[in-house]
Amino acid sequence: MTTPDSRGGSYNFAYLDEQSKRMIRRAILKAVALPGYQVPFGGREMPMPHGWGTGGIQVTASIIGRDDVLKVIDQGADDTTNAVSIRNFFLRTTGVATTERTADASIIQTRHRMPERKLQEGQIMVFQVPIPEPLRWLEPRESETRTMHALAEYGIMHVRLYEDIARLGRIATAYDYPVQVNGRYLMRPSPIPKFDNPKLDRNPALLLFGAGREKRIYAVPPYTDVKSLDFEDHPFEVQSWDHTCALCGADDSFLDEIVTDDKGGRMFVCSDTDYCAERRTADGANAEAAE
Amino acid sequence: MYVAVKGGEKAIAGAHRLLAEERRGDPAVPEISLDQIEQQLSFAVDRVMSEGSLYDPELAALAIKQARGDLVEAVFLLRAYRTTLPRFADSLPIDTADMAVRRRVSAIFKDLPGGQMLGPTFDYTLRLLDFSLMAEGKPADIEVPMSASDPMPADAPAQMPRVTDLLVADGILAAETDDGERPADITRIPLSFPADRATRLQALARGDEGFLLGLGYSTQRGYGRSHPFAGEIRMGDVAVELQPEELPFPIEIGDIELTECQMVNQYKGDAENPPQFTRGYGLAFGQGERKAMAMALVDRALRAEELGEVATSPAQDAEFVLSHCDNLEASGFVQHLKLPHYVDFQAELSTLRALRAAHAKRAEAAE
Repeated sequence: MTTPDSRGGSYNFAYLDEQSKRMIRRAILKAVALPGYQVPFGGREMPMPHGWGTGGIQVTASIIGRDDVLKVIDQGADDTTNAVSIRNFFLRTTGVATTERTADASIIQTRHRMPERKLQEGQIMVFQVPIPEPLRWLEPRESETRTMHALAEYGIMHVRLYEDIARLGRIATAYDYPVQVNGRYLMRPSPIPKFDNPKLDRNPALLLFGAGREKRIYAVPPYTDVKSLDFEDHPFEVQSWDHTCALCGADDSFLDEIVTDDKGGRMFVCSDTDYCAERRTADGANAEAAE
Repeated sequence: MYVAVKGGEKAIAGAHRLLAEERRGDPAVPEISLDQIEQQLSFAVDRVMSEGSLYDPELAALAIKQARGDLVEAVFLLRAYRTTLPRFADSLPIDTADMAVRRRVSAIFKDLPGGQMLGPTFDYTLRLLDFSLMAEGKPADIEVPMSASDPMPADAPAQMPRVTDLLVADGILAAETDDGERPADITRIPLSFPADRATRLQALARGDEGFLLGLGYSTQRGYGRSHPFAGEIRMGDVAVELQPEELPFPIEIGDIELTECQMVNQYKGDAENPPQFTRGYGLAFGQGERKAMAMALVDRALRAEELGEVATSPAQDAEFVLSHCDNLEASGFVQHLKLPHYVDFQAELSTLRALRAAHAKRAEAAE
């Protein structure tokens, strides 16, 4: 499917021209060969703003084929405005099938979350990345950080985490928690909550990360070791809640807090809308079967 | 309630409808045409072409109309279109010495071959609102006798040598030579540092005018002083030529309007080089004099390292300047803060609550 423009031209399948897609696929191949390494690529302008997921969108645009089934989530949900807008973009420029079900998708583009349901071999997860460089807040210069990666000089990140422990008694990083991939490169998992970090480790799916504004692509190939940085006496731990999901009762998912009134009323619900909906359908079916 | 919080498809459709309505404004007022924008808002068109890196006045006018005059948004529209265009060939380097000049001023010589030529400039106008423009129809005559569309005076020379070429011939200005190397294309290959000058100039040419103006201004106020003189500013049409492989000669494919600024700056010299002037270079599509001048100041500031100067100011820091001068990247990333961050905020909230609980416990224990 192509979209005609007024000068008689038309946009290519998935917007980007085939040459650009090939260039991006070459960068992806390199990224897969060097897990966690940030590969520079000739990032293109996309018809949505930088910061809205142009990196992830370019990755998806260059790998998507007519038989793919696409799922797009933002904050874990399929119905957040930006997820809707990106899904519509691919519907319009590719016409491929889309789904909200994690299990049915061949490509899942995401911002800030990984689905609760385990991914399968053959699935590809595309992460939208705002800042790819894990050392950026410690060293603003790209020329410096590239050298630090080349020398695997990651001591300052451990020092930073240690400073948290010394001052606050715990590591205070709650999302975009640094990981080491395949025992080599330090990597930012994009701003997913650290709750999702364990899902990165030895995941059967291919995980691709695209940063459009910063023009970097990196990858975690299937079944690659991904270790969240920690210390022997301060092992890595994830968030937990005193609540369960108010809609489906899940006690194992990441919960969004929703303010229900101005008197301190709160409600906790799954951030992964597909997971929540599936559990509720299953409960309903069970209840019916029991009747 | 839950769905309301998460927004959704309907909300987007509604926003698009409202936007279309706002764009049109009061339907009782005639719709603005692309010709009107191209002819009467030409500075806007020029800026959008420069920062959009696409010389196409018609599409720039369309982008301005669609963006309701938000020029950064218009730049965005033009760039997103440009990125989908196939590349047929590279043009030959343009030669601004062959420019059909409509404006040419030098601040360093009172008179020079080819003379000074003010052209259509705001420079010596009194900035008084001209209320006659409020009325439809022909505005009252203003005191400037020659309009931009008048033909050039009969004695205007066919060629105007660039002032900088005259200084180079005297040996007092460092020569700029073409090393024949094919410049990188920052729209295809991402910036890396250190960036060579051709790459830096490309980034500056599409950089945000306001950002470069502020940076250029900072060099004049002591943050990376480079003692600039406006050696020459020229504006006019330049031919663009292609050299097809199968022809022994280049063919002209059209003219583009350009503004070029060459700043001449002090340089104290070093062990190898005698004291001489150096230059900063600025180029913009159309009539982009402010942009070209600011760009030339920043270009010269960014040469600090190459010229052995101590680089201490923001305008001299290539990584700082080039990584932040693109308004598309800046505008996108600043405004992405509007997107939902529920999950990250929730993660922070958990950490903060745990820290506060630990703090309270410690305070209690201390009492």
